[in-house]
Amino acid sequence: MNQEQILYLIEGAWGTLLLSVLTFAFSAMLGLAIALMRVSDNRIVRAGAFGYINIIQGTPLLVIMGICFYGPSILGFSATSALFAAVLALTIHAAAFLGEIWRGCIESVPRNQWEAAECLGLNRLQRMFQVILPQALRIATPPTVGFMVQIVKNTSFASLVIGFAELSYNAKILNNSTFKPFLYFGAAAVLYFIICYPLSWLSLKLERKLTLARS
Amino acid sequence: MTEVVRLDNVHKWFGDNHVLKGVDLSVRKGEIVAIIGQSGSGKSTVLRCMDHLETINEGRITVCGLTFGKNIARKDLKRLRRDVGIVFQSYNLFPHLTVEQNITLAPRSVRKLTKPKAKDIAADVLAQVGLNDKIAFYPEQLSGGQQQRVAIARSLAMDPKLMLFDEVTSALDPQLTGEVLRVIEKLAAGGMTMVLVTHEMGFAMKLAHRVIFMHEGRIHEQGDAGILRNPDTPELKQFVSNGL
Amino acid sequence: MTYQFDFGAVLQYWPMLLQGAETTLLMSFWSTLAGFVMGVACAIARSSGGPLLRRAVGAYVEVIRNTPLIIQSYFLIFGLSSVGFTMSILTGAILALVINITAYTCEIVRAGIESVPRSQREAAECLGLSPLQVYWHVILVPALERVYPALTSQFVLLMLVTSLLSAVGTEDLFGISGNIQALTFRNFEVFIVLWVVYLAMSVLVRGAFALAGKVMFVRRRRLGTLL
Repeated sequence: MNQEQILYLIEGAWGTLLLSVLTFAFSAMLGLAIALMRVSDNRIVRAGAFGYINIIQGTPLLVIMGICFYGPSILGFSATSALFAAVLALTIHAAAFLGEIWRGCIESVPRNQWEAAECLGLNRLQRMFQVILPQALRIATPPTVGFMVQIVKNTSFASLVIGFAELSYNAKILNNSTFKPFLYFGAAAVLYFIICYPLSWLSLKLERKLTLARS
Repeated sequence: MTEVVRLDNVHKWFGDNHVLKGVDLSVRKGEIVAIIGQSGSGKSTVLRCMDHLETINEGRITVCGLTFGKNIARKDLKRLRRDVGIVFQSYNLFPHLTVEQNITLAPRSVRKLTKPKAKDIAADVLAQVGLNDKIAFYPEQLSGGQQQRVAIARSLAMDPKLMLFDEVTSALDPQLTGEVLRVIEKLAAGGMTMVLVTHEMGFAMKLAHRVIFMHEGRIHEQGDAGILRNPDTPELKQFVSNGL
Repeated sequence: MTYQFDFGAVLQYWPMLLQGAETTLLMSFWSTLAGFVMGVACAIARSSGGPLLRRAVGAYVEVIRNTPLIIQSYFLIFGLSSVGFTMSILTGAILALVINITAYTCEIVRAGIESVPRSQREAAECLGLSPLQVYWHVILVPALERVYPALTSQFVLLMLVTSLLSAVGTEDLFGISGNIQALTFRNFEVFIVLWVVYLAMSVLVRGAFALAGKVMFVRRRRLGTLL
């Protein structure tokens, strides 16, 4: 593999990282909203979030990508950029999973914390943001870091329908012309591993720390 | 009179901790022995060594005619486990199986009995512990005392020659200990050889032929149940008065 | 809105869609079955095997879980054909899926196995059961009951992710939809139809797993509680 090709793969990795970071940022916001909706007092709000989570989790990511790529132009927006469509699809998809993870974390904060906060006179919003969420955050960190690995891997879907140039796409391009699959896909695998494994390791370490702290 | 259990100069270390410091013990057929002592005295360890749940570092143990030291031959271990029944403090029933399935598992898997035969045995031992009506229940539907009685029945189903009880009432609410103790009394009346590690001193006094007081890894004092009323050694005096 | 929706143009190809759905379910079925068996084997290897075996399985799991399925598929399918090892696209796709899902199944089942308290094993040994009998009756069976919901979710996701293998040329539902797009130029409608069909399939598959669970796990059916 010559230098030009290595650079091409690294460019792809850069695309992967860009998608991952943007996706995480936006899906974190949307996911938090979904999670809060899931624990709301309002039955309709709860059901809406429940519907969102189950529908998205029951849809293949590639289908979401297709809808996000071809949809906006139909609804009157000018031709969508690959980056926009990819981030939109990845965000919609990830938010469903993050929302569910975070809902579980919110609900695992002991009931007596809610009661204590209520007895102190805090209103519902204050209770959530000042007492419950900070505690839920600690519990949520290991699975969230673990899910970031999933987000990175999911970016590899972005080249198939949308044609965004990320790592797996660039690796395929290289292989198409020179037919050395073990080399190029192996190299791509290594690059993915370098990005993902530290996150997996961190997630495991955080989880161990949390289990230790709770026991 | 045949000897069912014999410990000769048994030593055991847990890492640096010298838990059993040369224990000599003997239990005759039909005898009921209660082992008492503070936590850390080694009483549970002694019991667990009899069923090879803990391996000893020095000495020899003979149970139901099988002799072993640190290691035990595989087929000897198999015979040992068939002849000895042990009941634990936390019952250890299998939560995913019904009471009946808990009891018939070993007779079917180990003694290779047919399902109908095993079910008969299950009905029989459940009657002995007074729980026939709970035969199709799952452990989580039973109280602690009931679960412990099922655990006893489960061990009895294998027709053991020796029954070991490891603080079987310690995890139970006081109201529930009575039903378990009554079952053990019944077993005793039937002539079962038993070794019980227990905190229930009133029970030990009533039932045991011999009481062994363990202190810091050694048998400190032993005799008939009377030693609890009139202890010889100061340590046993202290222990008894703490318990009352 | 200037765009005129035309679902009819897409839906007239329903035989193709049906064919594709069949292939999807076929791929899902075989990879689920093989993945489950291999996954349980790996879980047993990882929790009870010797140190070398445990490290080897552990390394395999980490590689699979930290690389995307598409790269694994390309690596396997294009790689094998480059050394002259040819097989049908479908076989290659199922193989890639099995290798992938085995790693995830291994971890789920391993967590279940390790959640069985040591005291359970002790009690079973003291009743005289052999190590194999102990493992099966007291460790593996309750472990599987406990992780069944997690396994279900995972195998449903597997069914959805078979769509990815269209990239290597399988004629599953997603792959076939590409042909329909080329024929009708109604890409958006095609994706909407796909959405509905996949959603329906995931509901069906989830229902099938739930039913199977009720049949297999009597205790859960009767008591409704988790193990």
